[in-house]
Amino acid sequence: MSLKDKSNDLRARMRNALKGGGDKAIQKQKAVGKLTARERIEAIVDPKTFYEYDLFVEHAGKDFDMDKKYLPGDGVITGTGMLSGHPICIYAQDFTVAGGSLGWMHAKKITKIMDHALKLKVPLIGINDSGGARIQEGVNSLAGYGEIFFRNTLASGVIPQISVILGPCAGGAVYSPALTDFVFVVDKISKMFITGPEVIKTVLGEEISMEDLGGAKVHCEITGNAHFYAKSEQECFSQIKKLAGFIPWNNTRKAEKFPKKRPKTKLYNIENIISEDPREPYDVRDVIKAITDDSDFLEIMELFAQNIVIGFGRMNGETVGFVANQPLVLAGVLDVDSSDKAARFIRYCDAFNIPLVTLVDLPGYLPGVDQEHAGVIRHGAKILYAYSEATVPKITVILRKAYGGGYIAMCSHHLRADFVFAWPTAEIAVMGPEGAANIIFRKEIAAAEDPEKVRQQKIKEYKDKFANPYVAAAYGYIDAVIEPKETRNLLIHALEISSEKDIKLPAKKHGIPPF
Amino acid sequence: MAKSYSKDDKTKDFEVLIIDDCRYKTKLSKKFKNRKKYEPRNPKEITAFIPGTIKDIFVKKGSKVKNGDRILTLEAMKMVNDVVSPVDGKVKKVWIKVGEKVTKNQLLVELE
Repeated sequence: MSLKDKSNDLRARMRNALKGGGDKAIQKQKAVGKLTARERIEAIVDPKTFYEYDLFVEHAGKDFDMDKKYLPGDGVITGTGMLSGHPICIYAQDFTVAGGSLGWMHAKKITKIMDHALKLKVPLIGINDSGGARIQEGVNSLAGYGEIFFRNTLASGVIPQISVILGPCAGGAVYSPALTDFVFVVDKISKMFITGPEVIKTVLGEEISMEDLGGAKVHCEITGNAHFYAKSEQECFSQIKKLAGFIPWNNTRKAEKFPKKRPKTKLYNIENIISEDPREPYDVRDVIKAITDDSDFLEIMELFAQNIVIGFGRMNGETVGFVANQPLVLAGVLDVDSSDKAARFIRYCDAFNIPLVTLVDLPGYLPGVDQEHAGVIRHGAKILYAYSEATVPKITVILRKAYGGGYIAMCSHHLRADFVFAWPTAEIAVMGPEGAANIIFRKEIAAAEDPEKVRQQKIKEYKDKFANPYVAAAYGYIDAVIEPKETRNLLIHALEISSEKDIKLPAKKHGIPPF
Repeated sequence: MAKSYSKDDKTKDFEVLIIDDCRYKTKLSKKFKNRKKYEPRNPKEITAFIPGTIKDIFVKKGSKVKNGDRILTLEAMKMVNDVVSPVDGKVKKVWIKVGEKVTKNQLLVELE
């Protein structure tokens, strides 16, 4: 054969492999609003930068007549490409080929691209759309999952790992996304669960739809398994690109620096957001937007545990991770879910050299039997652990309330914040004036002729004495009391002078955080 | 101007959360509103500790039982579990039949 003939032969082979599950299967995929695996990759990476590998890999199934079947690419597409000009490794399961089921060679393709990503220190994006284990291949498909989980764990904290759930992701398959940094889901398309509705019905007699059991909304609002919610695949892809702009490409680098921009102060006037009455709500995201470049803020886990806000913004062009109590929801308390949410984000920022800015306004921990029994002690401890362990620059601004354990937990000096600033509206105390007065002056209030009058008087006394930042400032627990309008400039200054911060923790294999 | 929540305009969206005797105006999350009220366990009410199917019932109304006596067997996750009486007493009512599928915490047998 001449070179031309050989090239033609190659083209014919590629055409055969590239058709995936064929027109009929592709039509079915499209009918439910889904793109094909290759279209998804093309939509994420920069135009004409995707290079596919292992196109000619064939499946390894021998039993149940599988050896007579041809599965193009064994149901998964792997390769490298560029995302906003930076290299990434990417794979996408192809539901049109045997339902994207995971057999041994399918898994080998995924683990090969994972090994590349870790070796080359570039981010990994995995697009999940699979019916689950390829049962015909038995234990080999389980082995495949195990090999993937192991690599997810090794890569954790070294390279960014992003999971995109664009179809079913059930049984063991869910644990790969769970081990990665960010999980993206799309309304009506993503479904994640360990045991599906049918098993639940037979075993437990409980009936539930797939959407209500493990749909996108459920994982964003209730379980906290997913971080970004989108209405369509296109919206999901733009969220991925936006996130990618904020994070570094591996743990030895800093996030890319962007041109600095001023906040949109006409929209977000920092002098005008909070009420000095600590019982009044406001949206803390407005405070964040009042200090970030271009008032841009990428919120993460927007729908889960809304009493705490986490996400990325930029200050003077550099990425900052924000953690902020949200007085708008549950008065901004810490509880099981908000502790989990914040703690994992703090560890993410620490692993990837992203400085942390913490905005504090909380009345303490949420009381309740359900909270205590759900282990708020162990979950609440995660925040203490994460902040104490974090060695990136840590800067705290106390906006208003910082009561009790909440004051300590929200990156106080005691957990080694580099700087703690407080607005004049800050109240740093063991608890709010009402509760404190009722305890300290219990006897006087009870013995009084007009208990309510004495109570109000005592509340006022306590308020005048303790409901301010100056008692804490007198001990040096606050570095500076500042006017709100100074916040951005001071934060930028504090971040600049902390940029060479280099702290070594005691040598250890690893700590034992309260999981 | 950023949205201001401090004035009287949107008060109807907000509810009250009391922490340390202080009344905070805020929104309550769905999860918070749906949380289960705690109810102390009544040892005279024997409930299913796991969802499953009733295999056998060894008592009927009026049966005298001792602490540790087998009351029924409950099959769940391919395992047959003995459900025993936590106290001495007499059966007031049997709420289930053999073969019935029960949900977690469903009342099975009441003692008196």
